[in-house]
Amino acid sequence: MIRFTVNNQDVSVDTPPMARLLDVLREGVRLTGTKEGCGEGECGACTVLIDGVAVNSCLVPAIQADGCRITTVEGLEADGRLHPVQEAFLKFGGAQCGICTPGFLVTAKALLDRNPHPTRAEAREALAGNLCRCTGYQKIIDAVTEALAAPPPAAGTTGEPAC
Amino acid sequence: MLTCTAPVHRVSTLAEALAQRAAHPDATVLAGGTDLMVFLELGSVNPPAILDLWGCTELRGISEDGHTLGALSTWTDVARHPALPAALRDCARTVGAPQIQNRGTIGGNIVNASPAGDSLPMWLAMDAQFELASVRGVRQVPASAFWLGYRKTALAADELLTRVHLRPHADDRLHYRKVGTRLAQAISKVVLGARLRVVDGVVTEARVALGSVAPTPIRAHHVEAALVGRPLDAAAADAVAHDIAPIDDIRSTADYRRTVAANVIRAWLRDEAARSPDR
Ligand SMILES: Cc1cc2nc3c(=O)[nH]c(=O)nc-3n(C[C@H](O)[C@H](O)[C@H](O)COP(=O)(O)OP(=O)(O)OC[C@H]3O[C@@H](n4cnc5c(N)ncnc54)[C@H](O)[C@@H]3O)c2cc1C
Ligand code: FES
Repeated sequence: MIRFTVNNQDVSVDTPPMARLLDVLREGVRLTGTKEGCGEGECGACTVLIDGVAVNSCLVPAIQADGCRITTVEGLEADGRLHPVQEAFLKFGGAQCGICTPGFLVTAKALLDRNPHPTRAEAREALAGNLCRCTGYQKIIDAVTEALAAPPPAAGTTGEPAC
Repeated sequence: MLTCTAPVHRVSTLAEALAQRAAHPDATVLAGGTDLMVFLELGSVNPPAILDLWGCTELRGISEDGHTLGALSTWTDVARHPALPAALRDCARTVGAPQIQNRGTIGGNIVNASPAGDSLPMWLAMDAQFELASVRGVRQVPASAFWLGYRKTALAADELLTRVHLRPHADDRLHYRKVGTRLAQAISKVVLGARLRVVDGVVTEARVALGSVAPTPIRAHHVEAALVGRPLDAAAADAVAHDIAPIDDIRSTADYRRTVAANVIRAWLRDEAARSPDR
């Protein structure tokens, strides 16, 4: 049994230890917001946070998530309200087909937790591992740099990992 | 879907890790998994067992003076460490993209021994010492004696890479340059790691190391010899023609690599000369 929390819920799953965290989340926990694009670490569609740190869940074996705190795109909203970066994606048109969007949102949340007012260059560097074939990126960068420009509702927590 | 059903041995201390390594010499070591998970997914490896080092916190982290780096230190750890040389921190920020840097470790890059491993020329340039440990004991192997052939290293079957030791010199200037198709997620066509010491206008020490131009990362000994004992002269870059015999492959051609290797060395030497014309 592998145990961790996903979006603050305790979860235990019976899985081969080397199963990908991506598959465990989608098939085992039925959280299908996290997407598979490439399956080899290139595209960032599968990004989740482990103890607050953005990782590609297609490259993390389930065993390495044991005892950790996972955040997926489903965990960004709080009390029925979207995270400011989700609101900003809506406002600026940061999503088109949508397949890359969960990965961008989760990566952007990790950036904003560390750096609430990133420059465009900082946002580009933080999001360099997320590929989008529709938007041309400008609107995504607009959304991320403007997300917390207005007085923010309480955002998530920051955390450096032990795991 | 990854179908690997190999059993995983997890460890949380170095002593445990070495004991497990000795007990399971056929197990494949897992650190951040950013190389290994791709190989497992492709089916290019099928290990009977896995030794998962990730929980071994003793091997994670960088000493305050930046002289000792645990093998499990991630590229993000390197990029954010204030005492490490700027060129090494720059190198860390070119490995994959942030998600890869958050998970990929220096030890994984070194032991994976890809000729395109971006950090490998830097360890050569810095004369890094690799600490290899087993239940038999600990030994230090210089970077220059670690990569023996294509993906072949000096690591014995029962050994782990535990630490990297650096001995920086205050007068040294370190340089890193990666040439790829884009800034992030690009496998290098040519990587340069280099170090220069100039005393009273004369080069007293030079290390010039290249990646992606041979089956292993290499030192450009002819360029180094052309530099040492003279005032800094960018023409030394031409000697690289005697140091490398690169190949055509899917990422680039031999011709391109030869030209670009000389160009990046020349550009570095010109910048160095411009920075301190009187030294
Ligand atoms: C999308 C993507 C982009 C990438 N971009 C780059 C890039 O730009 N530049 C680059 O150089 N690399 C790149 N890589 C490769 C990889 O991320 C790095 O080589 C990374 O540093 C590997 O570290 P790891 O901890 O993830 O290794 P792992 O996958 O855990 O291990 C790699 C190998 O090293 C062995 N090993 C690991 N640690 C030890 C140890 N302490 N002792 C003994 N053996 C050990 C393992 O058995 C395995 O054979 C990329 C990978 C991906 C998926
Ligand atoms: S699916 Fe994991 S990075 Fe593309």
